[in-house]
Amino acid sequence: MGVTSLSSTGSCKIQLGATCNCSHACVLIQGEITLQFFQMAQQTSAWRRYMQAFISGFFVAVPVTVTLLDKLAYVARVEGASMQPFLNPDVGAQCDVVLLNRWSVKNYHVQRGDIVSVVSPRNPKQKIIKRVIGLEGDFIRTLGYKNQYVRVPDGHFWIEGDHHGHSLDSNSFGPVSVGLLHGRASHIIWPPNRWQHIKPSLLPNRELLYTEEDGE
Amino acid sequence: MRERTTSQIQPAQVAGLTLGEGVEMFRSMLGKALGLVGYTIQYGCIAHCAFEYIGEFVVCSGPSMEPTIVNHDVVFSERMSRHLFKIQKGDIVIAKSPFDPNMNICKRVIGLEGDKICTSAQSDLFKTHTFVPMGHVWLEGDNLRNSTDSRNYGPIPYGLIRGRVCLKLWPLHSFGTLSESPTKRIIKAQSDSDSD
Repeated sequence: MGVTSLSSTGSCKIQLGATCNCSHACVLIQGEITLQFFQMAQQTSAWRRYMQAFISGFFVAVPVTVTLLDKLAYVARVEGASMQPFLNPDVGAQCDVVLLNRWSVKNYHVQRGDIVSVVSPRNPKQKIIKRVIGLEGDFIRTLGYKNQYVRVPDGHFWIEGDHHGHSLDSNSFGPVSVGLLHGRASHIIWPPNRWQHIKPSLLPNRELLYTEEDGE
Repeated sequence: MRERTTSQIQPAQVAGLTLGEGVEMFRSMLGKALGLVGYTIQYGCIAHCAFEYIGEFVVCSGPSMEPTIVNHDVVFSERMSRHLFKIQKGDIVIAKSPFDPNMNICKRVIGLEGDKICTSAQSDLFKTHTFVPMGHVWLEGDNLRNSTDSRNYGPIPYGLIRGRVCLKLWPLHSFGTLSESPTKRIIKAQSDSDSD
């Protein structure tokens, strides 16, 4: 009702309150009740629109994802037996997957007993996941290091795997520089029956001898 | 008769807004604010990726790299070599200090893992050597007299390196790429040097 004319680029004039039932893509020009439509070759417009949407989405999605992975959180699979029995308790079963929190380590603040992931001092392409035993200024008793008692130097910390003997950690290569800290494991997220929040805790035989921290 | 569409709001009528028009204005301002936040996040992420994976500008301070880099020079350090593990002997690198992760040091790579480093001073009669352990690098400043570097604290892990200095930007009279090491501490492999 009320549609009076159709053309390849033209306008449908409709009455106030009516709807235009034509099959073209109509655009309401502001203030006018007239609907104008443009006939384009359907195939190239769909392809170009898809490519433009893909490229603009790509340039938004990739930097945002990369920034989120670098700054906020990271998911990683734990391989190996060096943190048994806490992580990967069953050798035959699937490996644990942990959530690494990168936001909490941006100022390099860690606690004793945290499980952290660190760039390996032996192989910079690899990350190792261990527990923090001592921070700078602490005196600790080592298990298998060249000196039996060590004072952790400034800007370093001492990491160990829970499974002594099956772990490449500070007992092999000494105190690790805090600048190599990568992330703190905050949750185990796979397998689902091992879903838990990881709290900082020290094994009973790995306590400090003495610490230089204020107030202790 | 022409009707006023709901998206037009006459400024002269702000004082006498009805509830419907007030809600409309609030929603459009909220939309614009959310759009602004979205753009800020997007450009912030692009900036982070550029600084993390392409390169960054660094202002150097201290005398330990004279005469190659002096106090208050601005240099450009690129990140790709570090991520692709293509740092070589003789490169000037920016690294995190092993004793304070919030501080950066700017030194030259004298040896990579497995290289032999002469640790005795030039005046000593008996020369001592060490080998750089796996995954570490040996750094020294160009100004050997006034530099604390690996001769004091030993080799540092490769993971502490942030980027490779490739271009000096300021002061303008010394704009350009940086010169080779003036200290002759780099022991090149046998196949590299013909006449030395």
